[in-house]
Amino acid sequence: MNDMRHIISVLLENEPGALSRVVGLFSARGYNIESLTVAPTEDRSLSRMTIVTSGSDEIIEQITKHLNRLIEVVKLVDLTESAYTERELMLIKVRAVGKDREEMKRLSDIFRGRIIDVTDRTYTVELTGDGGKLDAFIDALDRAAILETVRTGASGISRGERVLKV
Amino acid sequence: MEITGAEIVVRCLREEGVKHIFGYPGGAVLYIYDEIFKQDAVQHILVRHEQAAVHAADAYSRTTQEVGVCLVTSGPGVTNAVTGIATAYMDSVPMVVLTGQVPTHAIGEDAFQECDTVGITRPCVKHNFLVKNVKDLAETIKKAFHIARTGRPGPVLVDIPKDVTRDKCRFAYPAQVSMRSYNPVVKGHQGQIKKAMNLIMRAERPMIYTGGGVILANAAEELNRFVDALGFPCTSTLMGLGGFRASSPRFVGMPGMHGTYEANMAMQHCDVLIAVGARFDDRVIGNPKHFAQNPHKIIHIDIDPSSISKRVKVDVPIVGDVRETLRDLIGMVDEQLSAGERLNEKGLASWWGQIEEWRKRNCLAYKPSDELIKPQYVVEKLHEVTGGEAIVTSDVGQHQMWAAQYYRFEKPRRWVNSGGLGTMGVGLPYAMGAKLANPDLDVACITGEGSIQMCIQELSTCKQYDLPVKVVNLNNRYLGMVRQWQQIEYGSRYSHSYMDALPDFVRLAEAYGHVGMRIERPADVEPALREAFGRYRDRLVFMDFITDQTENVWPMVQGGKGLTEMLLGAEDL
Repeated sequence: MNDMRHIISVLLENEPGALSRVVGLFSARGYNIESLTVAPTEDRSLSRMTIVTSGSDEIIEQITKHLNRLIEVVKLVDLTESAYTERELMLIKVRAVGKDREEMKRLSDIFRGRIIDVTDRTYTVELTGDGGKLDAFIDALDRAAILETVRTGASGISRGERVLKV
Repeated sequence: MEITGAEIVVRCLREEGVKHIFGYPGGAVLYIYDEIFKQDAVQHILVRHEQAAVHAADAYSRTTQEVGVCLVTSGPGVTNAVTGIATAYMDSVPMVVLTGQVPTHAIGEDAFQECDTVGITRPCVKHNFLVKNVKDLAETIKKAFHIARTGRPGPVLVDIPKDVTRDKCRFAYPAQVSMRSYNPVVKGHQGQIKKAMNLIMRAERPMIYTGGGVILANAAEELNRFVDALGFPCTSTLMGLGGFRASSPRFVGMPGMHGTYEANMAMQHCDVLIAVGARFDDRVIGNPKHFAQNPHKIIHIDIDPSSISKRVKVDVPIVGDVRETLRDLIGMVDEQLSAGERLNEKGLASWWGQIEEWRKRNCLAYKPSDELIKPQYVVEKLHEVTGGEAIVTSDVGQHQMWAAQYYRFEKPRRWVNSGGLGTMGVGLPYAMGAKLANPDLDVACITGEGSIQMCIQELSTCKQYDLPVKVVNLNNRYLGMVRQWQQIEYGSRYSHSYMDALPDFVRLAEAYGHVGMRIERPADVEPALREAFGRYRDRLVFMDFITDQTENVWPMVQGGKGLTEMLLGAEDL
């Protein structure tokens, strides 16, 4: 079985407990969650969730069917079925002292990061991109220089005029 | 006029036409019990343990198609109910479970008798709600009934904090609810049904495989018509028994782990398998890889898309209500036949020839005895004495399989057992719920000395509400199914499957105010049953049948084996 990465976008009722039903489903049935992001949409009664998962075609079919079975799920789409774009946000706090300070700034510029907080010993860099780009930035850094990282997990949307809407 | 949340609860039940609820009071539900006290429309049955309340409501639903309702208090009331809820969930039984909760301001403070009800029950309900404002109460209960009975049915839980039952608001019961996120499909896709029809018309070795979905969808009449119109062989799973009449020559028995030889052989060797409201359970098809070795085309009718292609890849999936879909399918087949199209009659004739060969193995034959009571014999006699018309409930184990094999069910909703979860202890509370809902039918609980002790306290409830069910205890002094597996797969090391220090069931039944009988000889089986259903028809009779200790359930497909790798008896060991 070739386990492909899939990004599933879900519109669900913005109600307490809805998130735990989704998470509970994945753990109960032994499906993977690589990342999961969720926030209300412009219509406050709805939340939009992006789940990154992996599995064979059969597993992904079961995942989407079981998600649809949850009473609070209104609609969903497997973004990876057609063209889509994804972004993830990372905030990374790095040591920036001495000659490394200038190097850190340069590296951040190369990756089109933004330094959003500064002390005389640290920078906090904001970086957006797909997961691969964020990984590449981390790899480019000296591990000892990384003080803290926080990543949001991917958010995804279809390319072109395709929309996921009620 | 404003009324309390507690009164709203009772008014909602009346609006839903609920006549009976099963429950047990406690601190968090006292306002609701106070309202129950003030009215007569909804009768409350006080059980002896919350688990039994849920089981009884479950059987009430299974034998009537109504939504079963139960009411328990917070904390331990809920945790005791969980087994019952999970049992109903696994068998897709429509139920509304009302639970008390500590007051909203105390939630999360580890209050007395507090538990996270919504969290604990989430994986074993179709849906659950926590009502935090009395203004939401009526609509939530309406939604609960709606969700429970539509689509693939299931239990829905409504958790109601105590202050919500005390607070007041105006009451209006919504005539209907619509939910943008919940719109189950009813009508099957016509193109798919047509594809199915084409496969059916050409089939050489067809097999109709039916499950609990037929019962839940009230599609037994349609199924009987469908099978009769086609003349195909039909098998019904443990959950589907009664969906098609067992007396028909088209019926080949139950498939699966303890299915008949002919049903399992036909399941494996057919060329077109028509699955109707069945889910290819591991106890039914055995090893899915072995099952898939045969290149059959599979048509699968089910209301739940997630049941389709879950364990077995399906060729023609049809998502829809079983009854509606069968009607469509019958219509299309009729049209074809009246237009002069013919079924594959030559193929069918030789297929039936093959099935009759398999049937000749007579796999359910057992060795009769003049000295030891054979459990199969008791079930056959029960069938005879009740004219095959009783509602039969069972617990879980060997006796359950014998009941399924030897009580040949003619009608739907007459066979009540825990198929999915396999919950020991359901039998007696199931019988209670069934009898309450069907006072004019005989109700027998086929059980064993292991299972019956898991909910035996309900003998007391039966006394209080005068529920004259007949307990058929097949007492072999062993946890028989465990013993059977230990014999076959664990070198006859009978680890903790022997029951010592059993109570004297006759005196126990008498202590509860019922009639007790001990039957030790085969010749006494029928007279005892006749007495129980005759002279003692208005009493609960506990019949303790002392049966052959070493009898096993045959045929048997061991776990992980293919469906045709059957053991037909002790000689195959």
